[in-house]
Amino acid sequence: MWIPGASLLTKFLLPSPLLVMANPFTEYYIVETQPGSNSLLIRVVGDGGSISKGKICSLKARAVLIDMEEGVVNEILQGPLRDVFDSKQLITDISGSGNNWAVGHKVFGSRYQEEILEKLRKSAEHCDCLQCFFVIHSMGGGTGSGLGTYLLKVLEDEFPEVYRFVTSVYPSGEDDVITSPYNSILAMKELNEHADCVLPIDNQSLFDIISKIDLVVNSGKLGTTIKPKSLVTSSAGTFKKWQEKPFDAMNNIVANLLLSLTSSARFEGSLNMDLNEISMNLVPFPQLHYLVSSLTPLYTLADVNVPPRRLDQMFSDAFSKDHQLIRADPKHSLYLACALMVRGNVQISDLRRNIERLKPSLQFVSWNQEGWKTSLCSVPPVGHSHSLLALANNTCVKPTFVELRERFLRLYKKKAHLHHYLQIEGMEESCFTEAESSLSALIREYNQLDATKSMPVEDLPRLSVAV
Amino acid sequence: MSIVTVQLGQCGNQIGFEVFDALFIDSHCPQRLSSKRENEAYQASCKERFFSEEENGVPIARAVLVDMEPKVINQTLSKAAQSGRWKYGQHSSFCQKQGSGNNWAYGYSVHGPRHEESIRNLIQKEVEKCDSLSGFFIIMSMAGGTGSGLGAFVTQNLQDQYSNSLKMNQIIWPYGTGEVIVQNYNSILTLSHLYRSSDALLVHENDAVHKICAKLMNIKQISFSDINQVLAHQLGSVFQPTYSAEGSFHYRRNPLGDLMENLVPHPEFKMLGVRNIPQMSENSLAYSTFTWAGLLKHLRQMLISNAKMEEDSLKESCITDVLEAQRTVVCEKRIDWQIRPPLPGLPSLSKMSLNKELHFNTSIANLLILRGKDVHSADLEGFKDPALYTSWLEPVNAFNVWRTQRAFSKYEKSAALVSNSQFLVKPLDMIVGKAWNMFASKAYVHQYTKFGIEEEDFLDSFALLEQVVASYCTL
Repeated sequence: MWIPGASLLTKFLLPSPLLVMANPFTEYYIVETQPGSNSLLIRVVGDGGSISKGKICSLKARAVLIDMEEGVVNEILQGPLRDVFDSKQLITDISGSGNNWAVGHKVFGSRYQEEILEKLRKSAEHCDCLQCFFVIHSMGGGTGSGLGTYLLKVLEDEFPEVYRFVTSVYPSGEDDVITSPYNSILAMKELNEHADCVLPIDNQSLFDIISKIDLVVNSGKLGTTIKPKSLVTSSAGTFKKWQEKPFDAMNNIVANLLLSLTSSARFEGSLNMDLNEISMNLVPFPQLHYLVSSLTPLYTLADVNVPPRRLDQMFSDAFSKDHQLIRADPKHSLYLACALMVRGNVQISDLRRNIERLKPSLQFVSWNQEGWKTSLCSVPPVGHSHSLLALANNTCVKPTFVELRERFLRLYKKKAHLHHYLQIEGMEESCFTEAESSLSALIREYNQLDATKSMPVEDLPRLSVAV
Repeated sequence: MSIVTVQLGQCGNQIGFEVFDALFIDSHCPQRLSSKRENEAYQASCKERFFSEEENGVPIARAVLVDMEPKVINQTLSKAAQSGRWKYGQHSSFCQKQGSGNNWAYGYSVHGPRHEESIRNLIQKEVEKCDSLSGFFIIMSMAGGTGSGLGAFVTQNLQDQYSNSLKMNQIIWPYGTGEVIVQNYNSILTLSHLYRSSDALLVHENDAVHKICAKLMNIKQISFSDINQVLAHQLGSVFQPTYSAEGSFHYRRNPLGDLMENLVPHPEFKMLGVRNIPQMSENSLAYSTFTWAGLLKHLRQMLISNAKMEEDSLKESCITDVLEAQRTVVCEKRIDWQIRPPLPGLPSLSKMSLNKELHFNTSIANLLILRGKDVHSADLEGFKDPALYTSWLEPVNAFNVWRTQRAFSKYEKSAALVSNSQFLVKPLDMIVGKAWNMFASKAYVHQYTKFGIEEEDFLDSFALLEQVVASYCTL
């Protein structure tokens, strides 16, 4: 797991998403880990003592933390999870990237290339079998965006057979970082070319989800069936405190996304799904690798034996636009492929019943009319009896890209702030124009697919053989 | 003679466990209907076929477990060991860590050659434990990456290594509506390769077994475990010992050989299916009685109308002899009794239309396996009707029956029909069609070419399978 710092953003709207993201992710994972379970994300150090009473010093995260500022990483290393992170697996600097992709990518990229490679190789050595890299970063800043995408190239060259999964936080509409459109578009080009799979997320959607939960919890409508402790609280605070630290709760959602993604690889189930299967099933063409994700249910219920009505509701919610982790409405766009990863006491018949039920309201591309990938993992997440992660390769991701391009063009036309980038060695105007055409090409692909939406599905003439 | 089973991938291993368990439990089932001597002969035969002896007396399944990730194999091994009844050999499994990613090309072109030797050694060891080898079962799914791709590779290997032994692949046909998005690609690649290297493909359809669980077994929340158990029951009803021509106490020595001889007269036609009745929950069974006439009538109609299961009426409880007639009437409404074999003298239906709802399922060969009380009294004339069969085989050659007095599992009478007929044409055609549509847009093809399966290979597979469909259609 590589977490290039989004630290510059700490100065603005997003106080330390890195810190909080790292915390709940590993925290939840530690709660999920049983002695002897699959050491996918965390390796055992020394004599591998069991986890008891908060002593987690024998587990080490398979992670490298990168930030061009020290504040966030230092906070992690002094926080409750300090023993989980190997203090040697860090790369930090002091000056930060100034919200400048070029600084992150070109300056720090070349400066730290050797060190990055060295830490990578060290991490890889500890793995019996390295399956994939998770890169977690934001698009709008300088370090996460610039250095983060530089990393992708390094990973591709050094470990060409290992999958690169990227969780990218896209800037929301009211983003205060003025140069975020530049940073995002330059980063998009790298994601287009060097990532195997991207899970875009935006803060506004996360915030909306948290608000909804708050509304439901506080309205008392569901009465005693709602526990205050839920999917979106860290064990440190109750849900009520979320207004003070919204990013805690928001990042917890992302942490849970990654937990659900890896659950079938970590725990047993009747229909397993590894990470390499995600890319195989959900990426029909190399350039169309952006997956919209949704997690349900968002609150725990007191009953462990949930009546089927509630179970079915979990499936319905997964397709609603209010549950997506990015502004997107998959139901009214075109599906290229869809994956449902279920955890907990859910059987194949429940899964099939819901697919049959929901299929008519969804539109799938003509060559993949039954494009469903499913998995069943027996172990539910902490505090829930079951959960569902839906990953969709759907044209509903297009508006995000279109908006990004528009915001970019507005800035670029005026050449605002451009000099900050062009003064960096290796940066020219062509970098921008190439990035813009890369994004435009991607948007065109989605447009072409959308155009096929209402066309009737025809069977193509088959090979004829002599009898 | 013994059968060595190779369990591949998650599906293969999960099913394999259920199969051995079903075989063991049935062979140790307290049998009120058979004599002690009969039972012992049955047990001994079952043992010889499927289990080998260990020092402390716990039988060891004659099986090799292969998977490219460790979780399922670990689970399977421990489930068997914990059962206390039988177990797998300590060193009979081979696994890796990274899986096949649902990628047939990865299973076939990467894992296959890389692990060829290790897997071959494991199989060799198991074969050496057999006094004499009847052949191999290879249990695999078509939809995934390991079972399908590595399974195809291993089958090819077995053909080279053990050219005198028979290979029967137990293939799990995926649900029509996705378990895996690229399942149609994986399926056509698997089938086309197996058609060249396997001796027979015994196909089990998830959709069909699912319906049996839902409608006949009355299971509300169906799990893969339930499905696998029904499947294991079907296999058990076919492969548990049956009398040879010599009669009582003498069980058939070469089940695979005999089966192939009966059912696969021509290499162009290798696809076999199983139907077995009755299938029902324990509760319903307590209130049901059956006659051979009734069972055989339904089985025959299931065959010619291509039904996959007895329709729901038989599950209803409180069936007694008095109600038998009434029940039969109710049943008659559910199975498609309109379908009749073509009348003699009229031109036979030469080409089956795939789109027509009503069509008659022509067989190449059928094997009926009857187990239980009064088995010798069963009247089989219905199955000898030449109208059921294609014109180039006489019923005397096309139809065979194996009878055994000893009942199977908890059923006083049970009948299994293994048939080589047109029953799989429609599902096969559908899979080929869907794969073709996807291939035309080139979706996902880059994932296969990455590992050495080129567009040419796809086209070869399509051509072979279109040929198979056409051949079966013109029976």
